[in-house]
Amino acid sequence: MRNLFAVVALGGVYSFCMALALLALDAVDVSMTEASVGAGVSTVLLLGTLYLTHSHEAPALKFSAGPLVAALATGALLLYGAWGLPPFGEAVAPIHQHVVPRYLNDVIAETGVPNVVTAVLASYRGYDTLGETSVIFTAGIGVLILLQGRLRENDKEILVGSMHQETIPRVVIKLILPFILLFALYVFYHGESGPGGGFQAGVILAASVILYGLIYGLSAARRVAPMRLLEILIPLGVFIYGAVGVAGLIFGGNYLDYFVLDKNAVHGQERGIFWVETGVFVTVAATMTAIYYAFSGRGR
Amino acid sequence: MGTAVASFSHWATVILMMIGLYIVVARGNLIKKLVGLGVFQTSVYLLYIGPGKIIGGSAPIIAEGITKYSNPLPHVLILTAIVVGVATLAVGLALVVRINEAFGTIEESEILGRGEEA
Repeated sequence: MRNLFAVVALGGVYSFCMALALLALDAVDVSMTEASVGAGVSTVLLLGTLYLTHSHEAPALKFSAGPLVAALATGALLLYGAWGLPPFGEAVAPIHQHVVPRYLNDVIAETGVPNVVTAVLASYRGYDTLGETSVIFTAGIGVLILLQGRLRENDKEILVGSMHQETIPRVVIKLILPFILLFALYVFYHGESGPGGGFQAGVILAASVILYGLIYGLSAARRVAPMRLLEILIPLGVFIYGAVGVAGLIFGGNYLDYFVLDKNAVHGQERGIFWVETGVFVTVAATMTAIYYAFSGRGR
Repeated sequence: MGTAVASFSHWATVILMMIGLYIVVARGNLIKKLVGLGVFQTSVYLLYIGPGKIIGGSAPIIAEGITKYSNPLPHVLILTAIVVGVATLAVGLALVVRINEAFGTIEESEILGRGEEA
């Protein structure tokens, strides 16, 4: 397929199918993230890149068998390796024996958080998530540096790029936006007892700003969430996360130890998880919005 | 029944991974390379999530009356991987935009040609 617009659109459909497959595999949190990230934000970013570059692929010079052979050989090796894996869906497989029983059995007593994914993410494996939040922070900084300067000359071009004359999307989006924002908050606060959490809520919040920008133009979105505010929020989220760890140190525990944050250890855990998720939420939402601004604000 | 499903989960993972790898290596268009990398990435999601599923199990949210839960650990790893993935995709796309500004093309063969001319 030579038309890259079609490639990107199909990529969005593919992501949505993948989200449904993940849902079927009981991974509700992952499915929610994939639907909002894969089908939503990355499709918008790819379309923004197509606008800035070329939307048509040059015809291939000649077919070469090398890549095909490499891909088939790697696949054959992996299938050979998969021969020895335990069968699908059995509770006795080694993956379910180590560490996980403790998460599932003790999570209520230790953290008071019914959503095990949130508890593992923010508490048991808090170091991992701190690292990943920092990666998102770093990637956001990288994009902003790469795409800074050379802004579009005037607002006129931005208005052409948006659906300024389309009445139906403009009205419908105003009706939908409050519900998307409410849903983002629900996903954030409900992340402890249902599917959701800081990552998903951050992406959904950013998606609502992006949607507003797509319909009403970039300058309108910039008035809602100014770049200067985002520049503060992106590091602030990582700072909150790090500060929760330091607070653990101050109260006499280890780094990212939440038991000491309250007289009641379980309440301490809940408090720690809440603030850590807040940090993730702030950084993810601000970074995604800033990346969108960087792409759509760049002049051709 | 068990073995049939097992092989399907593995087959799907491996085939998606092969498609992704082929696109990344064979396609000259930089945007298509990134889309291929995305397909490769989703195969890794399946590689992790697939074995975590227990037949008859439920989503790992503790509730009364449910005793069997699927494995939450792969979910945590992949959830963060997806969000990190879109952040790195954005860095890749930003590089593509800059390459296009410097060379006027996003085709690998043409970019390499420019390099030899200069």
